[in-house]
Amino acid sequence: MTAADNGLDFSRVGIWLNDPANWWGQNGLLVHLREHVYYTLIAVVIAMIIALPLGLLIGHTGRGVVLVAGLANGLRAVPTLGAVVLLVLWLSPKIHWDVTVPALVPAGAMPYFITVQIVLVILAVPPILANTYAGVRNVDPAVRDAAKGMGMTGAQVVRKVEFPNALPLIMSGIRSATLQVIATATVAAYAPFLGGLGRLILDSNDTINDPHTGYPAMVSAGIVVALLAIVADIVLIGLQQLIVSRGVSGRFSRRATSAVPAAEVQLAQA
Amino acid sequence: MNPWTYFRDNQHEVLQWTWTTVWLAAAPIAVGLAIALPLGWIASRYRWTYPPLVTIAGLLYTIPSLVLFVVLPGLLGTKILAPINVAVALTIYTVALLVRVIADGLSSVSAETLAAASAMGLTPRQRLFAVQLPIAVPVIGAGLRVAAVSNVSLVSVASLVGVAQLGTLFKIGSDQGTLTPIYLGLILVIALALIFDGLIMLGVWLLTPWARAVKS
Repeated sequence: MTAADNGLDFSRVGIWLNDPANWWGQNGLLVHLREHVYYTLIAVVIAMIIALPLGLLIGHTGRGVVLVAGLANGLRAVPTLGAVVLLVLWLSPKIHWDVTVPALVPAGAMPYFITVQIVLVILAVPPILANTYAGVRNVDPAVRDAAKGMGMTGAQVVRKVEFPNALPLIMSGIRSATLQVIATATVAAYAPFLGGLGRLILDSNDTINDPHTGYPAMVSAGIVVALLAIVADIVLIGLQQLIVSRGVSGRFSRRATSAVPAAEVQLAQA
Repeated sequence: MNPWTYFRDNQHEVLQWTWTTVWLAAAPIAVGLAIALPLGWIASRYRWTYPPLVTIAGLLYTIPSLVLFVVLPGLLGTKILAPINVAVALTIYTVALLVRVIADGLSSVSAETLAAASAMGLTPRQRLFAVQLPIAVPVIGAGLRVAAVSNVSLVSVASLVGVAQLGTLFKIGSDQGTLTPIYLGLILVIALALIFDGLIMLGVWLLTPWARAVKS
């Protein structure tokens, strides 16, 4: 079968991408890309603020590991689309805070923006949390004992020993969280008034045979999402190499730079 | 209206959607495992192939599901509503996730164990199937559980491009502005994920009798 059989022609994608209006226009790729990046950044940063301290605490004390591992695995089973639809329908009408933020939240969109951010944060917390405490638990007990033996307080051990040693795994948690948020933010366009690259994909689905707004727009937006995911991953790998101590990365380099989270798999075993 | 009433009223469709979801999630796990096993073996046997294979797998894993559902019909020449797009997309994810897990699992078998197997006269092929693979079962099983659970959840995203399965309940709820179908969808999808998870755990338990023998 050729592509023409289903009316979905890839050759039109090139033509679509060649039209500057589709990039710079009001409903263009760049506007939606910017929204997508903002959604992702906000969600991942909030998730880090929640998950990092909690993960360090759990890893340091060893308490609550079973609970958190179970919760992280259980959350994976919750379908993101279902969560988005449920919260948009149930929670958004209860939020009466209407503020517009230029280039991010248009008029009337705040209730939906908050809802979608909640879903994205819920998705981003488990990988960061799980990898943070797994990273801390993985620190060589001899190293931790040495730090204690040198007279470090609990907080100092966390800050100066456990955190730097756990950083490769923490970063890989942040990377998988970021990828997941970028992917899910496309689904989030299901909420009204919100943008992001998913807006183009979903709207195009309704007019799939239209050469201007149909399949070519859909595929182009999809390609940009995939590129965004790859670029974000590369940026985070670069960041990781900058901030991870060389004494640590020398030992963990291969594990830490692969994209599929090792710690999550380890958790599932537990 | 509670989800149970809704289920009874729409029994025919809901059961059909459940069935579609089951096979859309299950077939990619089986096919993905069949593809990933030899690839993972290559990555562990010939170490130079490990970095490229794992990198490519990682890249595939970064592609959002909605994007794959949309791009695949153009690549495969299938209809946009065809369930096969979903099955192929999920197979790609399963392979991407498992290649690394299988390679790491096979490589994690200790050198002493391998040496002992060789000393007992096992050929490399016998050693792979009788020693390495069984020892790697818990690790591979853990990867499979992650793949299975996320597959079930990803299937529902396909309702955005119109493939009818349990995710359709979310769309119905959204279009009608009622929560009941959404609750039912969430209950069924999560239950399916847990059933898959439990079945794989059971499979691992059955395949590793020695783990039980040591514990008791």
